[in-house]
Amino acid sequence: MNLLLKDKVAVITGSSQGIGAGIAKAFASQGARVVINYRSNHRKADQLVDEIIEHGGKAIAIRADISEPSDIAQLFETTIEVFGRLDILVNNTGILEFEVLDAITPENLQAQIDTNLIGTILCTQKAAALMIKEGGSIINISATTSINPLPGTLVFSATKAAIDNITKVLSKELGPRNIRINTIAPGMTETEGSHEKGMMGSVFEQQNISLTPLGRIAQPEDIAKVAVFLASDDAAWVTGERIQVSGGQL
Amino acid sequence: MTLKLKDKVAVVTGASKGIGAGIAKAYASAGAKVVVNYAKDKDRAEKVVDHIIDLGGKAIAVQADVSKPADVERLFKEAITAFDKVDILVNNAGIYDVVMLEALTIEVLQANINTNLIGTILCAQKAVEVMGTDGGNIINISSTVSVNPMPGTLIYAATKAAIDNITKVLAKELGTKKIRVNTISPGITETEGSHEQGFMGGEWEAQLVEQVPLGRIGQPDDIAKVAVFLASDDAGWVTGERIQVAGGQI
Repeated sequence: MNLLLKDKVAVITGSSQGIGAGIAKAFASQGARVVINYRSNHRKADQLVDEIIEHGGKAIAIRADISEPSDIAQLFETTIEVFGRLDILVNNTGILEFEVLDAITPENLQAQIDTNLIGTILCTQKAAALMIKEGGSIINISATTSINPLPGTLVFSATKAAIDNITKVLSKELGPRNIRINTIAPGMTETEGSHEKGMMGSVFEQQNISLTPLGRIAQPEDIAKVAVFLASDDAAWVTGERIQVSGGQL
Repeated sequence: MTLKLKDKVAVVTGASKGIGAGIAKAYASAGAKVVVNYAKDKDRAEKVVDHIIDLGGKAIAVQADVSKPADVERLFKEAITAFDKVDILVNNAGIYDVVMLEALTIEVLQANINTNLIGTILCAQKAVEVMGTDGGNIINISSTVSVNPMPGTLIYAATKAAIDNITKVLAKELGTKKIRVNTISPGITETEGSHEQGFMGGEWEAQLVEQVPLGRIGQPDDIAKVAVFLASDDAGWVTGERIQVAGGQI
């Protein structure tokens, strides 16, 4: 059987850890050359690149803050310099701040919107401009909360709902150029982030499990396998879709 | 790379032609043993089986009208007799009558409901009964019209909307048994049926293509590749979902 992403070039934003890192590894194991984008965690990004190369894959790490337009331009310029083309973009970078309405400040509001929403749009704009001859595949990482938001996720959920909508608009705009765009909406996933936020082993985790028909929380690979599918020709007739990857949790 | 459905047993209803035949062939080439169910068209069902066997796969044809409980019972009995187990059910059999409100008769109404809705439920019930402790997989074939119905699709679209809902209920009921349930909603697809109903080559096809961002109509293989993904462990964390496979058509 052929590798599903042989010789494709993929940029995965926010991929030094968590779901992004899982997607980067899965893409590389299917033959893609991957760009590991990170903002601050240089060490983890380098470790991931080493791990991919040890397994016979190809990867580079590029620093770029997705809330900074000039960083985004640099990210895609460097990608083209190194790999010569771009086939896949995964808009994975996102900030999740838990705060109820009273605690929202103009600063944390702006920070989430800059990264989650504006960053997604700007990365997509740059990527689509580079997907000229053979089209491409764009995957936006949303969340279950874009449809079923929990208390304390106001800004995060709003940006994710906006991303769901962007997917639909762009599938119509970019379809004639053979660029597909889809959303993956993961449920709670065990990552460095979920550990740091104290979600693991908490009542919150137990509640999540009890709401999940398949009876556990996700691992990054659960999400990554769906990303491989969407990026591959197996999903050639799938665009504008939102796939919730959450073990049945709503 | 291992075959995605190696040694799995799949029952595909209405698989003598069209999308069902496409799924049966794709499953066989992914390593599954396939029960090709048909209601009337024995010759075509046997052609699908011959095609699979010629390529080194395993398949049998089983006659059963899925709207008849005794037939459904026998379908699964014969599947078990031939292949010892059932891992995957694709509820694909469906009647598509284009009838405006004034022309709807109780007979047309009942026929659509019996096959599309009751048949789907009865097959799911039997399949779950025979699925073992490893769980299994059910895929319901719906349609774009379950969410965005066209004039003349009243009863067909209603049964498909009901199927979308059944997927969600069953995902919750069956999650603890490790049985995943998902919906595929194809747009217009070139099949024997679409030719017979006069959709192809005419003004109607041209109008439909205009609504498809990817700019063509679907082929059975476009749908079958998504059915392979959903039945495979790559979709292990996907249940209760409706994936529209329509080139971006709403």
